[in-house]
Amino acid sequence: MNGENQPKLTSANRFIGISAAFVAVVLFAAVFAPWISPYAVGGLEEKRLLEAPSWAHWMGTDGLGRDLLTRVLFGARVSIAVGLGTALIALLLGTAYGLVAGFKGGNWDHFMMRVVDIFYGLPDMLIFILLSLLFGRHIGGLLVALGLVSWVRFARIARGQVLQAKEFLFVEAAVALGASRSRVLLRHILPNIVGPIIVTMTFSIPSAILAESTLSFIGIGINDPYSHWGTSWGTLAQDGYRAMRSYPHVIAFPAAAIFLTILSFNTLGNGMRDLLDPKQR
Amino acid sequence: MVSLLFKRLIHGLVVLWVVATVTFLLLRLAPGGPFDSERKLPPEVIANLEAKYHLDKPVWQQYLRYLGGIARGDFGPSYKYLDRGVTEIIADTLPTSVLLGGLAILFALAISFPIGLLAAYYRNSPIDRCCMLVATLGISLPNFLLGAFLIWAIALQLGWLQAGRWDDWASMILPTATLGAAPAAFLAALLRSALIETFGEDFVRTARAKGLTEFVVVTKHALCHSLIPVLTVMGPLTAALLTGSFVVEFVFAIPGMGRFFITAVVDRDYPLIMGVTLIYTALLVCTNLLVDLLYSYVDPRIRAQ
Repeated sequence: MNGENQPKLTSANRFIGISAAFVAVVLFAAVFAPWISPYAVGGLEEKRLLEAPSWAHWMGTDGLGRDLLTRVLFGARVSIAVGLGTALIALLLGTAYGLVAGFKGGNWDHFMMRVVDIFYGLPDMLIFILLSLLFGRHIGGLLVALGLVSWVRFARIARGQVLQAKEFLFVEAAVALGASRSRVLLRHILPNIVGPIIVTMTFSIPSAILAESTLSFIGIGINDPYSHWGTSWGTLAQDGYRAMRSYPHVIAFPAAAIFLTILSFNTLGNGMRDLLDPKQR
Repeated sequence: MVSLLFKRLIHGLVVLWVVATVTFLLLRLAPGGPFDSERKLPPEVIANLEAKYHLDKPVWQQYLRYLGGIARGDFGPSYKYLDRGVTEIIADTLPTSVLLGGLAILFALAISFPIGLLAAYYRNSPIDRCCMLVATLGISLPNFLLGAFLIWAIALQLGWLQAGRWDDWASMILPTATLGAAPAAFLAALLRSALIETFGEDFVRTARAKGLTEFVVVTKHALCHSLIPVLTVMGPLTAALLTGSFVVEFVFAIPGMGRFFITAVVDRDYPLIMGVTLIYTALLVCTNLLVDLLYSYVDPRIRAQ
């Protein structure tokens, strides 16, 4: 590392630090929304419609007189649940699929990856919308639909990594020593491919959050008014969008929440990649 | 070359068939139907409707009828728009979407090339950091928020342009910028890293050593070589533009195919959903074919194979 690169690295690190802090705040809001919210969720104040931010209502109120801060805090639950849930489903499904394809090799691999290629080439939002018709427009259905879209990226990465890892001498040694196939796969190959998979996972969280908020914004996302989960930031932004001309604060706060959350996760992903994926450095 | 093209064409047709079949099955499996409404229709009416749209036949007959229709370019009747078939709706709205997508690609290329070049040429300088900060922000900013912000700032606050129209060139500026922003940011970052790698290559040093002007070295030797990674992502980029167009057409109320697709999803207008899905897939397949052709044009090594 030479001196010229030093300042750039530290400023990048500061950026990552701020992003991590923001992600922590969003996580905190998601978990503790019912306790830290200043007002009850769903509480209406009929005399205080579309009020600008004030001490009583830090983010103002919406068209039905609901406290916007409360709604944004609860919205964090939807985003975080969607982001983490999708990443987890995609991780399990995709990694298992990719591991098997890469490990089996030959015709199996060829056929399995063909399927992945077809999925990979299609616009993910399109598949996602079709799947959400099947699974229903509530948070659980959306999670499954998003997971079924995102797994292909994991499958590709895992398979590529397995193909590389299969060539390592220690894997050959393990096979020569008579280790069973599942032992080789789980004990010798898997630990060596964890880095790129964690990086992929970090990036799949913001793309899931983006997809969910986009769909909710255009009105084909979560449609579950009686859910105790809270309202998606995308739906909040849509509410604000309609009143944007005269009351820009109603869209500004959910919009900032969406943008900053996605930005923070992306920055964290970049940091993670520099840390865990030495080839990309 | 011809055999490669032929192989790709067959592959494209297979993809189309798979997508048609999967979509068909998916929508048959989906709960709820197009004729569900708040007020329950009498069973006789439902039976008539189902007979009219051949929904009373076994699923495999519906499937064959559907595939046969596609082969003739007929996507069937729309459940919602009684006076127009799906093919007609697509024919009416596709040109608008293609125009928007084409403009957005041009916009993305026009923005990303100068930024990527500047950032790579002055790498690790404040210029570079500034360009890449903009690119990172651009990648993370969802297009519906960018669209809303542009409408608020430029149409509502400044009053320079009008939003919600799609007739003259001025009305296309904001939608184009909205749709093209994320691809521009992505391409700029990609081009920067490709160029930085290329600048370290021997042939660039040779070109400089021959005494060529810096302009020729950068544009002719380095840039041409860095076009290959850019071409590689054109397929996925088109996919991104297609999904972006749903959103942008929705935000700006543009009468394109994407907006009809969203309404079709809300209405559960299955034939329209399937038709648009297939057109999207066909567009993607064509883009990928075109990219394959361009590859051999840009890279003589591929042509030689």
